[in-house]
Amino acid sequence: MKKQRTNHEAKIVNESRRAFLKSGVATGAGLTLGIYLPAVLARPVLAGPVKTGRQTVTQPTLKPNAFVHIGTDETVTVIVKHLEMGQGTYTGLPTLVGEELDAAWSQIRVEAAPADATRYNNLFWGPTQGTGGSTAIANSYDQMRKAGAVAREMLVQAAAEKWSVAADGITVQEGIVHHRPSQRKASFGALVELAAQQPVPAEVFLKDPHEFRLIGKVLPRKDNADKVNGRAMYTQDVKLRGMLTALVAHPPRFGATPKQFDSAATKKVEGVVDVVAIPNGVAVLAKDFWSASRGRDVLQVDWDETQAFTLGSDEVMTRYKSLAQQRGRVARNVGDSQAALKESARVVEAAYEFPYLAHAAMEPMNCVIVLNQQGCEIWNGEQFQTPDQMAVASVLGLESAQVKINMLYAGGSFGRRANPQSDYVVEAAHIVNAIGGRAPVKLVWTREDDMRAGYYRPMYYHQLKAGIDASGNPIAWQHRIVGQSILKGTSFEQALAQDGIDQTSVEGAANLPYGIPNITVDLHSPDIGVPVQWWRSVGSTHTAFAVETFIDELATTVGSDPFELRRDLLREHPRHRGVLELAARKAGWGRPLPDGRGRGIAVHESFNSYVAQVAEVTVAGDRTFTVDRVVIAVDCGIAVNPDVIRAQMEGGMGFGLSAALSSKITLDQGRVKQSNFHDYTVLRLDQMPKVEVHIVKSTTAPTGVGEPATPVIAPAVANALHAATGRRFYELPLRFAP
Amino acid sequence: MITLKINGATYKLNVAPDTPLLWAIRDAAGLTGTKYGCGRALCGACTVFVDGQPTRSCIMPVSAVARQPITTIEGLNSKTAHAVQSAWRQLDVVQCGYCQSGQIMSATALLNDNPDPSDEHIDAAMSGNICRCATYVRIRAAIKLAAKSLT
Ligand code: FES
Ligand code: FES
Repeated sequence: MKKQRTNHEAKIVNESRRAFLKSGVATGAGLTLGIYLPAVLARPVLAGPVKTGRQTVTQPTLKPNAFVHIGTDETVTVIVKHLEMGQGTYTGLPTLVGEELDAAWSQIRVEAAPADATRYNNLFWGPTQGTGGSTAIANSYDQMRKAGAVAREMLVQAAAEKWSVAADGITVQEGIVHHRPSQRKASFGALVELAAQQPVPAEVFLKDPHEFRLIGKVLPRKDNADKVNGRAMYTQDVKLRGMLTALVAHPPRFGATPKQFDSAATKKVEGVVDVVAIPNGVAVLAKDFWSASRGRDVLQVDWDETQAFTLGSDEVMTRYKSLAQQRGRVARNVGDSQAALKESARVVEAAYEFPYLAHAAMEPMNCVIVLNQQGCEIWNGEQFQTPDQMAVASVLGLESAQVKINMLYAGGSFGRRANPQSDYVVEAAHIVNAIGGRAPVKLVWTREDDMRAGYYRPMYYHQLKAGIDASGNPIAWQHRIVGQSILKGTSFEQALAQDGIDQTSVEGAANLPYGIPNITVDLHSPDIGVPVQWWRSVGSTHTAFAVETFIDELATTVGSDPFELRRDLLREHPRHRGVLELAARKAGWGRPLPDGRGRGIAVHESFNSYVAQVAEVTVAGDRTFTVDRVVIAVDCGIAVNPDVIRAQMEGGMGFGLSAALSSKITLDQGRVKQSNFHDYTVLRLDQMPKVEVHIVKSTTAPTGVGEPATPVIAPAVANALHAATGRRFYELPLRFAP
Repeated sequence: MITLKINGATYKLNVAPDTPLLWAIRDAAGLTGTKYGCGRALCGACTVFVDGQPTRSCIMPVSAVARQPITTIEGLNSKTAHAVQSAWRQLDVVQCGYCQSGQIMSATALLNDNPDPSDEHIDAAMSGNICRCATYVRIRAAIKLAAKSLT
């Protein structure tokens, strides 16, 4: 089957194609036939039983670029530049390569890319390699398809040469190259040697979406075998010869530092090897976790708390509320909201409170590091290669390029492993430095360390005021946001903050999609000495709740249906409206429910993906409630793997439901109260609602799905609770006011 | 020196008697499929079988289980366990995967006890296993699929 292409398409591809090739050539990733280059994932030298013995490639390999290698054994290796932390990137990116290569899904295997931003940068982040902001598929969509198309073209040219036929009579399907007129065929493997001698094509064509054979299909995840038999390798599982396990005594309050410590008792614990001070604590190194843990239990540390943060959550909220009396920096201004409020027939006001949240990924933070002659080598569920390389280099007095990073599976992250300060990675570097690099070090955080060492979703306070005209239309909208900036003081401040506005504080609010003629959104970003960080869906975790419960309140205040009011106000936003209508229809919006039950809706865009959810709740007589069913509609452009999208909708929603129902970090005189899953409670199986996911058909380029489902559930549930009980909710986690 | 019988093999391990079974399995025996998530029997990531019973290995001192047969994710080989693992793959349950060894151990134990569990049985048997990726919808479906495939 010959591929059909439009001229328009060819032109677009040609232009970007040039840039693609240039970068390929610049990094020397040309053809390497005959030169032995092992295409194996850098694996730790395992002291224990070897878990995955990968064969070294000693055969000629087709390596047309940094992303795809094809071996004579028919294996297509896709080098994935993004972290697999559950979101499916080890499945999605290979799908893109395999599509244009016309490979069989079964012949594709995945390899983690090394840390090298010259080849593996996130194209949305300039010269930075890393994973986040639901960008993995979106930034790679063209890049990965071109990588596959280039390899395909070289295989076709090889076949043409071998069979002395014209290339345009050749087709490729499922890893087999055909020339039908002469009835000849050859597998990829059989053509590799000759293909590697072909020039890298000056231009490649990409398929039209209707030609897709892998994209849009439900293909099994590439990581599902190793993740059901215990073989998947996480940082926690790395064991190097002579490696020591390090546990760190962290300060009891943020900003405190170790003054002095007494390690006499610790050193008596069998298995403890050393105790060293590092800038933010004291590390106990031992032959294994349990020895280190028992050693740390008896360690005496005297802390200097003169610079420590000593406020409680209540005091932080009081400060926020007093700041909210004044106007902040204006993030968006349309029309004259003040004048419009004065003309309004009715004014509705509400204020919302949000706590700190821990990421609480299932795998607590950890990092393995070893110093060597080249510099250092790290094994990590690595989400932020370039910033981590720079941070570690500066601790160890190295060049960034001397910091070699092996990206392993991460047992979740939800943003945590992309830390702007590289906190836990730097901690590991300090420890290995403090022992003079005499042994490899595995830094392990316990659950308690993970929960108490900071980097939370910040607390926030929102104040909203809306004016409604005599016919029930909202004509004014004022939204004031108070909360600590995530970016302030980090190297990302310049790139992501505009006019003193941290975009991550106002996203989801400043870009309010509703057609209201007068809007003001303003922001206060007070300095609070608590380490904060992005948490799955970032600003939308709070802005979506405030906006989507407030618009619901406006609707019910004027006696409108919450779905219909939204739909009317989204006239200019067809993609919002599309998911809103789809979710409502599939959920049976408007169909009556029995007493004690309610249905609520919310819609929100984040990271250029659009999600609407309808939640159904049952409220018991004692005012406990359950979330029974959630219907989700998503528009994320072309659905690369519909089943991975469904999984991210289910899981992203479930992650948001934890915060809606119960998760909360509170500070008391600067100390974190929670420590483990008994007091930082998260969603469990018996609380998981039934979920239905509906994907909007689209031909738009794909956008991410890791985060956009998360912020929508809390407002949908709160609105459903209102439908069931007539009560409004102004705080997360949701609880009935006494 | 403690002698443990894990997955049919005998391990002589140089660990203190109060060492939790989890760390003996991971650090000393080198079997890393069993995961640490909380250390306080709150999350289920460390679930193994001791004498066939699902057990949170993170709070079980090794001294209490010497001589009892221990099965970890690496040693699962019953028909039921294979049905569970294959249902897990068929429905692509896993996301980050970190909790899944524990989930699969708990699910296998459930089906060993009750070949046809209701939603309530599944709730009761599985709610001690946290999945931060919230793969719960598929865990539930995969248990049912495995149960069906065994009849
Ligand atoms: S690690 Fe044992 S239950 Fe969590
Ligand atoms: S799959 Fe990530 S915690 Fe369960």
